[in-house]
Amino acid sequence: MQDLVALESLSTQDIESLLDLSQNMAEILDRPIKKVPTLRGKAVVNLFFEPSTRTRNSFELAAKYLSADVINVQQSGSSVEKGETLWDTARNLSEMAVDGVIVRHQVSGVPQQLADILDIPVINAGDGSHEHPTQGLLDALTISQAKGSLAGLKVAIVGDVLHSRVARSDIHVLLALGAHVVLVGPPTVLPESYEELGVEVTTDLRRALSDADAIQVLRLQKERQNSGEIPSLWEYRLRWGITSQTVSWAKPDAVILHPGPQNRGVEIDSDILESSRSWVLRQVRNGVAVRMAVLFRLLGGGRGDE
Amino acid sequence: MSREQTGWVIRNVRVIDPFRDVDSIEDIYVKGEEIGEPSLSTDYSVVDGRDLWLVPRLTDMHVHFREPGFENKEDLLSGSRAAAAGGFTAVCTMPNTFPTIDIPSLVQWQRDQAKNIGLVRIFPIGAISKGQEGRELADLYQMACAGAVGFSDDGHPLRDARIMRAALGYSTTLGRPIIQHAEDPALSEGGVMHEGSVSQQLGLPGIPEEAESVMVWRDVELAGLTGGLLHVAHVSAQGSLEALDYAKRRGLRVTAEVSPHHLFLTDAMIREWNFKPVTKVNPPLRPDGTRQLLIQAVRRGLIPVIASDHAPHHQDEKDRPYNEAPFGISGLETFIGTILGVFIVDGLLDPLSLFRLVTVEPHKVLGLEYPGLTVGAPADFTLIDPQAKWVVDGKKFYSRGKNTPLEGTWLQGRPVATMVGGQWTMRDQEVLR
Ligand SMILES: [Zn+2]
Repeated sequence: MQDLVALESLSTQDIESLLDLSQNMAEILDRPIKKVPTLRGKAVVNLFFEPSTRTRNSFELAAKYLSADVINVQQSGSSVEKGETLWDTARNLSEMAVDGVIVRHQVSGVPQQLADILDIPVINAGDGSHEHPTQGLLDALTISQAKGSLAGLKVAIVGDVLHSRVARSDIHVLLALGAHVVLVGPPTVLPESYEELGVEVTTDLRRALSDADAIQVLRLQKERQNSGEIPSLWEYRLRWGITSQTVSWAKPDAVILHPGPQNRGVEIDSDILESSRSWVLRQVRNGVAVRMAVLFRLLGGGRGDE
Repeated sequence: MSREQTGWVIRNVRVIDPFRDVDSIEDIYVKGEEIGEPSLSTDYSVVDGRDLWLVPRLTDMHVHFREPGFENKEDLLSGSRAAAAGGFTAVCTMPNTFPTIDIPSLVQWQRDQAKNIGLVRIFPIGAISKGQEGRELADLYQMACAGAVGFSDDGHPLRDARIMRAALGYSTTLGRPIIQHAEDPALSEGGVMHEGSVSQQLGLPGIPEEAESVMVWRDVELAGLTGGLLHVAHVSAQGSLEALDYAKRRGLRVTAEVSPHHLFLTDAMIREWNFKPVTKVNPPLRPDGTRQLLIQAVRRGLIPVIASDHAPHHQDEKDRPYNEAPFGISGLETFIGTILGVFIVDGLLDPLSLFRLVTVEPHKVLGLEYPGLTVGAPADFTLIDPQAKWVVDGKKFYSRGKNTPLEGTWLQGRPVATMVGGQWTMRDQEVLR
């Protein structure tokens, strides 16, 4: 493993070993003194072309707990306006003896394109509607902590799957670990071709949630209403919202996940978020652990096993 | 083109002349600018044509040479050189330049420039609407008088059915086709590749085939209403083929073209190229099922023309995130290798049938005359080595556009010499001006 661009391209073995390492990192986070010297002297760049304080902070903390130095570069607008291309920006950073680049971009494929031109590791922190691999890993880690193992579990991914990079990474990691995945949401934002990969695709929330062991609730972007893909947030909540009524269709011990930030009262109700079924805060904590594991594996902390 | 004193004879060459429906080994004599009588004189320079094919008046009826306005992408000279290198003796240039080719003087200007360059015959396409804005008809008649051989708002689909109806009505009075880039912008907006399993799995915004086919169906109905001459550019959708079939059954004056990349490549290339925008083209590369149907449609004559849609771009523009890069493939210099690969290597068409699609058929669509290789005809032909195996290297293109998804691909068959009006424009991959 040279880069982490997409979970789709990882082997099951790679995924399992990253999750084992993440579990170790999660235990470090439980210690009173979290900082370990593993990446001392290494520098990583958070190169964010799309604002996301949560993900950026999570990567930054992960790097700092491993004693790496972190530079934050926030760029907005298209690269074209700036004259300097995004590849120039990345090449310049790489010349400054940086050891790794964490990249977030609104266009699918940019981390892959960067990985093809840079010699240093590239970590995808979310690209367009493509993938968000550390999110996929932290979701898998969270479900496995709750349930022991993913094999044979039924996991429902609810909402705007078509535009969700989280859903794509979730699908690959969950399939690799033997879960049964169901996608459910409005017909306009449901990528039906995932059936080719053995994923169940339905618009029927009740069918998707029956016997589910875990429910991943996706954030609904308000722009879906402007683009004509849904009639209203209220209609959406009525048919695909996770409420005390709809959640009762799932198994009694089903766990609820959400990648955040949540639109309370739209895709999920507050009482569900705050119930004992909700693992959303654990997701946030696991996010740091997973990112520590990824940085450790890619930035020279590896044990030569790749 | 200046008159040469000595003539040429191409000996023992396999002449594939769709204009005369001939496929046989012959000697072809060139005297001055024209095809000459067979002669025993020793004044002729001899070219050994054994193992080569000779095809007259190879024509690409859909190219973008970008001049005036976008000379950083291509200009009439670099485009003409690319055409000569690709084996073409005639091309039709699309009018989406800046300014748009929408008045007779600009049509005339392009033809004058082409004459000075002298590498390829340029038959300009004029705009359908003023400024290609889709609101008011351009002066089609005067552009036709100045030499425009067809009309298109290519790059900007003509969405207003009323203007399309008017244009098709006018086409009946001019004998020149209305060439539509069929795409319903409401369905394609924001899309960057074919909408299907690959786009869904890569998370790239898709363009459904129906964005094209709903407009082809509409235009076919309007061709029925007006009796107009409709030519559908770069067909790439299954529904469009149904519409063409329907037009054929009704006996409408509807023709179509397909681009080599839609016959040779699929949307799986976007994944193979790791999001590099060399694969980004409009209409987009389609899945294999559609590609197979397009090949069948060519074989049964439903699509009578193959045209490159040569769309060069500057490297800096193509070198962007996928969503931001412009659409287009630089296609002139890989054309022959691609179509030979699709149809000849696999035995799907004989050479005479294949070359109809790039010679006599585009002439029919555009109302152009060429008699074939008969004495007195302009000496426009291409020598092709059908066995030559070569690797595509965009850096070696004469075109300014190096953007090709075929980079590094082995092709079989390539042009080895091109002659226009009795003058060699290319020999052994070397363009002679
Ligand atoms: Zn077009």
